Amino acid sequence: MPSGPVLAAAANPWFSWEYLERNGADVLRFTQQHASLTVQAVLIAFVVALPLAALAHLRPRLAGPVLAGTGVLYTIPSLALFALLAPLTSTSRETVLIGLVVYALLVLVRNVLVGLQGVDPAVRDAARGMGYGRLRMLLSVELPQAVPAVVTGLRLATVSTVALVTVGVVVGYGGLGQLMFRGFRSSYHAEIMTATMLCLALALLADLVLALLGRVLTPWLRGSGAPRAVPSAREEAAWTS
Amino acid sequence: MDVLTEALRWLNDPLNWTGSQGVLALTRTHLEISAVAVAAALVVALPAGLWLGHRGRGATVGVVVANTTRALPTLALLTLLAAAGWFGATATALACAVFAVPPILANAVTGVEGVEPDVRDAARGLGMSGGRVLWTVEVPLALPLIAAGIRTGAVQVLATVPLVALVGGTSLGTIVVSGFATQRYGKALAGGILVAGLCLLVEGLLALAERAVTPTGLRLRDRAAASDARTDTRSRRRAPVAAAVRPGSNGAAPSP
Repeated sequence: MPSGPVLAAAANPWFSWEYLERNGADVLRFTQQHASLTVQAVLIAFVVALPLAALAHLRPRLAGPVLAGTGVLYTIPSLALFALLAPLTSTSRETVLIGLVVYALLVLVRNVLVGLQGVDPAVRDAARGMGYGRLRMLLSVELPQAVPAVVTGLRLATVSTVALVTVGVVVGYGGLGQLMFRGFRSSYHAEIMTATMLCLALALLADLVLALLGRVLTPWLRGSGAPRAVPSAREEAAWTS
Repeated sequence: MDVLTEALRWLNDPLNWTGSQGVLALTRTHLEISAVAVAAALVVALPAGLWLGHRGRGATVGVVVANTTRALPTLALLTLLAAAGWFGATATALACAVFAVPPILANAVTGVEGVEPDVRDAARGLGMSGGRVLWTVEVPLALPLIAAGIRTGAVQVLATVPLVALVGGTSLGTIVVSGFATQRYGKALAGGILVAGLCLLVEGLLALAERAVTPTGLRLRDRAAASDARTDTRSRRRAPVAAAVRPGSNGAAPSP
């Protein structure tokens, strides 16, 4: 008969394979829900953000209000946002999805806009000298130049969306947050820890995939010491991107 | 709308405002926990940030710290702490402080590090010691960014505290969570309005405070840069980016 503390530790460990084996189906289901919510939210936000940022870039007058608006919207906590959305969509998957899209949208618009504005004026002058019109310049010169900033934005948006999904637990669509909450309710340590680890793994995986995508999309930055990669890294550090 | 009238009725009931679980008491708890959390984050993040920025080796640290905490769900940290037996206001405040550290740290680092090298060299040339350079030159110049970081951190904490309600703590989030739990969506909506309102209010006040601590010289310089940008479209590049960075400093991460 093992002594007391050992028994207690064995009864409710933080890490447990047994938990995974027994609840594999549940874990998989919630991980899938988490991943699909994240992917959908970021994709929708990206599709909306790109034209919005381009518009704000072409009409600088709009840039101020757009950035100020995103700043204000950021201030609203996700829990409050879900509560505000619930009457419109009832407590459904859409409530969480809309909330996630809103936050991802803010990150993306801001980053794309900063990326477009950061294009070297010399590059822009060269394009103008070659007879590029405004729209053609945007599509074939400025957007490719802004790819690093766009990818940074996508990475930020994705990682914070992965974390935010868990709050959806209040309306019953929290992905891995559902497991955390269930584990907390029944004070099952392994369940909370597994969900947390999976969340972090999901964020890391998505971040890596997007970083690779960014590298593939910007072949001109490779090999030359990539001086342009530096500002985007600093932007990230400044918590201001 | 049905839920909206229900929410307004809930907000209009004086009984919901007074008492130990009333709006006023909950707001007070909310603000108290937030204040403790921000203070704790300041104690940790500010000295570290200033030092790292002064040494000029902070950028990578900032990125790593910022990215890790961004990926860690608030709910995970709260449930982990609660499950480990850490209940109560202090534990909650400490958990929330974790989310205020990265913006304060990162902005302090980039602010100090971003001071123009010429200015720093001039101060060194006058014979100032490292500490004096930091206090009399670098910190005042970095003040707007440092203040912006603190503001972001404070709002971040204020937005994190409602989640405490999910693990049994009390804050304004209690109204939202209990509203959802009992399927009284009007109550949840009322709670949402209160939480969002409080955050917006504090954010506004902090924005004013940030403006107040920004040295006049820096404000004039920014204004000059802005008007330059308006007159000369060619040099538009720098100013709008700066403009995007400054107000944008209230958070690359959405409020939890």
